[in-house]
This record gives sequence, structure tokens and C-alpha cells, in this order.
Amino acid sequence: MLDPMDATGVIDVAGLHRHYSGGGGFEAVRGVSFSVRRGELFALLGTNGAGKTSLLEVVEGLAPASSGTVRVLGRDPHSERRAVRPRVGIVLQDSGFPSELTVMEMTRMWAGTLSAPRPVGEALDLVNLGHRAKVGVRQLSGGERRRLDLALAVLGRPEVLFLDEPTSGLDPAARQGVWRLLRDLLDGGATILLSTHHMDEAESLADRLAIMHRGRVVRTGTPAEIVSGQAARISFGWPPGVVPPLPVLPGGVTVEPARGGVVLRTRDLQLTVAALLEWANHHDLRLHHFTARPASLQETFLALAESGGDHHDEEWVR
Amino acid sequence: MTTTARTVPAALQCLRGSARRIGALSRAEALLLRRNPMALLTALGTPIVGVALLNALPPSGSVPLPGAGIAVTLTAFALLFPLYYNLVTTLVARREELVLKRLRSSECSDAEILIGAGAPAMTIAWGQATVGVVAATTVLGMALPVNPVLVIVAVLLGTVVFVLLAAVSTAVTRTVEMAQLSTLPVVVVSMVLGGLFPPDMLPGPLPWVAELLPLTQVVDLMWLGLTGTTRDSPGDGESLSGIVAAFLVLGAWVVAGVLARRRLMRWEPRK
Repeated sequence: MLDPMDATGVIDVAGLHRHYSGGGGFEAVRGVSFSVRRGELFALLGTNGAGKTSLLEVVEGLAPASSGTVRVLGRDPHSERRAVRPRVGIVLQDSGFPSELTVMEMTRMWAGTLSAPRPVGEALDLVNLGHRAKVGVRQLSGGERRRLDLALAVLGRPEVLFLDEPTSGLDPAARQGVWRLLRDLLDGGATILLSTHHMDEAESLADRLAIMHRGRVVRTGTPAEIVSGQAARISFGWPPGVVPPLPVLPGGVTVEPARGGVVLRTRDLQLTVAALLEWANHHDLRLHHFTARPASLQETFLALAESGGDHHDEEWVR
Repeated sequence: MTTTARTVPAALQCLRGSARRIGALSRAEALLLRRNPMALLTALGTPIVGVALLNALPPSGSVPLPGAGIAVTLTAFALLFPLYYNLVTTLVARREELVLKRLRSSECSDAEILIGAGAPAMTIAWGQATVGVVAATTVLGMALPVNPVLVIVAVLLGTVVFVLLAAVSTAVTRTVEMAQLSTLPVVVVSMVLGGLFPPDMLPGPLPWVAELLPLTQVVDLMWLGLTGTTRDSPGDGESLSGIVAAFLVLGAWVVAGVLARRRLMRWEPRK
């Protein structure tokens, strides 16, 4: 018999809406579709309130979809929760630990709810919490709580992981540690759907990503694909005195005045920079705080958020 | 043939998994109860204090409180305080700490979460019921129970109803402290009408209302099972129609409880 999951993606979301009733009603997810393939890390990127958590809760099976379909490993995660849950691991936005338990007691309890758990000590060591086993959950720092969340999510050796901002509250070193763990899990064949508002996290980990804004996916693709449509950015401050006008620059440049200087956007960073510096040398000008940056996810994201901030939502949906 | 051979172990495996998950939750919950002296004291102490107080009341004619009366009263208090009240506070505390939400992201079913969270409370309640019956027969001169199965079924049905009532009551309980208020209707109505006082002490249409309450029926079934008679008409003997009526009332409460729980109980704090 064919396993239904082989026919399609490991996670398939189509036309998903999530509507909250009460308080006049609010549609947090407004027609989202995407698909995550086996062994892939797919990141949901978005500002706070973009609908990432609302979307994840439906994909995790915690809430039903208002309309649209969700399949995880070929099944409906809400109505077929019993079949799906043993194969997935979840990090929720908030931990939810009874404050009077120790790290070890919490982990043991969680292991008791799983079909095929790893040894408890092994899971704690994976997130470098082995030495904190006897400490009360209440005494953990924010970062340690997050790592315990992660330990519990991987305790059942899941095929699919749903991680809602798994590195929030972590210091840079701990974040690197989590990234290493996630890469190891991917190498081991796991599929990961992760939400984050850290661009570097998405850029560094994601095979593909979707940028969410106000309940919709506004861009989707590999980090390179998403960045590729975006212009590089050059900025500098005008030197004192009378400055000759800018020359006509190659690379499809747009020019915007900024405070005491100018911001240029170009499709060909090298060509534009070369021409610009040649012009400056020719006139013997020193350009203050001269900065040239290739297009990055951060730039793309900010550009999308700016342009979609008010009433042009529909325009930047590709 | 092969189908039966394969489904039986599958069902068994399913049950075993269920028992393992409930076991894990109830062990953690028992640890948490041990670390909460106030809750432990309420759970263990209230029924004993309650029975002592009721025993000090002047006897009401037809009620022979010592013996069967003590056993039944202790059980009724056990269902109200260690079980119902304690479970409301536990569920609200876990909901507000987002533990219930976490558990709903696990392999546990909703019923397993409820049973796991309620297991220590149920154990205490059943322990107290057992102590009551054993004390009644050994120390207080009650004869051996006429129909022990009926007693056990009565306590089990009472447990199911009060676990469901606890789950439903969490819907109107925002904080653990508020449970003292939000559990009052069930506790007071159950104590006054639900069988702690005999119906013939109640005025107007209240005896009729009392017959529709779950605790009244649990108390009546226990009386029948322990002594072979009902408490208000000792001469009646074990009547089949009375037992059927009690089961019907309790069954209706279970169905209503399941439906209300599904509609009203929330698994995470209000945002």
C-alpha cells in the first residue's frame, strides 16, 4: 500500500483561512497556501501579528481551519490528531510548564505521553540542559525554558517539527546551538516548519520560506529567489560645500534624498559603485559613511512591510 | 479471522497507550498536589470535617447517621471537595500556566488529559469512600454491604459526573482564587438538596428537584447497595424501578456533562 504522504508534500496547506469569532470577528489567516517537502526546512517569516502563530496552530491540529485544507503526512492534523501526533514534535509560542516541577520531572512526564521517546537524558543533552535536570522549571531563564521546549519537541524522534519562534529569548551562542541541532535533525531526515521574525535565522536555515503579512503569504521561494527581485542599496552623506550633480549611473539606479545625503537602489551593485566612486575621485569628493549593501532578506522584508503598510496589500502579492 | 486476530491486539495496544499516558500525567499531577499543602489539606480534611459537623447535627428522625450514614456522607463530601472543587482549581491552574494547551499538542486525547489531571483527586475521593465503608462495617456496626457492586457503580458514576462538572465549571473560573466562588453553586445545591439532608426535611417542590440532582442519586444508590433500603423509606427494600430511575438521571447528567464540556471548556487562557 502506498503511504499517502509520498504522493504529496509532507505538509500541504491550501486556501487556508482562520477566523476568530467574538469581539466583532477577526480573520487572522486569509487564504494561505504552501507545501513543505520531506527533509526541507520551511520558514514562515513575518512581523508580530502577521498570522504566523494562528496559521501554525491550525497546521499543528490545535485548531480547525475555518476554510481550506491542511494535510500533514497525508492526514488532517485536527480530525486525525491521533494518527498524526505520534509523528510530529511541536514547540508552541508559550512553553506551558507546571512551575512546581523540575526539568527532569517535566521531561519524564512528557516522555510518558509519547509512543517512542528517546532516553530523557539524551534529549536534555541535545539542548545542553543535562546539568539543569534537577532545577525547578520556575528557576529557568527564558532561554533555558525555550531549550527545554525544544528538548520536549524532539523527545519523540518526530518526522515533522513545528517550531513557533524556537529561538526567541536566546542569546547568540544558544541560538547558534539551536541552529546546529536543527541542521542535525534535517540531516537525519526530519522536516521542519518554523516561524521566526529573525531574518538571519530564515536566511541561514531555510530551504524555502514564505513571508507573511496581515494573514497572507506575500512572497514565497528560496531565500535567493526572494532576494533576487530586490535592488541593492548604496547610501552616503554629502560632503560639505558645493557638490556637482550625480552623473547618470548604470544599473537602473533610482535616487532618493535621505537626511544629509542620498540613497541609491541598483540592480547592478558593482557597476554602479564603480561609476559612483570614479565620479567622486574625479571631483575629489569624500563621501561620508559610504555604504554599499547587496539585496538581503532583511532589505526585502523591510521593503515589503513598508510598501504594504497601509493600503497597497494586494499590489505586492506576486 | 485475521481481522479479529489483528484488531484485538490493536485495541489492547490502544488501551495500553492510553493507560501509559494517563499514568504519566497523573504521576506529575500527584507530585504537584504533594507540593501544594493547601490543596492537599482541603482534599484530605474537608470530608472528615464535614462528616463530623453533620454528625453533630440533631438526628432527623429517619436518618440513622452512624454506620451507613457516615459512609455515604463521607463519599458525598469526597465527590464534592477532593474531587470536584480540587479538580476545578487544578484544571484552572494548568490552563492559566498554558499546561493544558501544551498537553493538547501532545499525543494525549482530551479525555486522557482530564482523567490524568483528575487521577490524584479521584484516588483521594475513592480512598475516602473506601475508608467510610470499611469504618462503617468494622467500627460503626453496619452489616456487610448488601450489594457492593451497586455501591461501586454509584461511586464511579458520581465520579464521572463530578469530573465533567469540574471541567464545565472551569469555563466560568478565570483564576484559581475564583474557584472558591465559582464552585459554590454546585457545592451548595448538592449539599442542601443533593442528598446530605434527607428529602423529607426539604420544603415545597424541593424534594422533587432534589431527585433530579446527581448527588441525590449517588447517595440513594449507595444506601441501596449498602443496606438494601433507601434512606427515606427503610421498609421499601431494593426496588428495581428506583435503581433504573437513578441510572437514568445519572446517565442524563453524563450526557449533558459531555456535551457541555465540549462546548464550554477552554484549554487556554482568555486572551
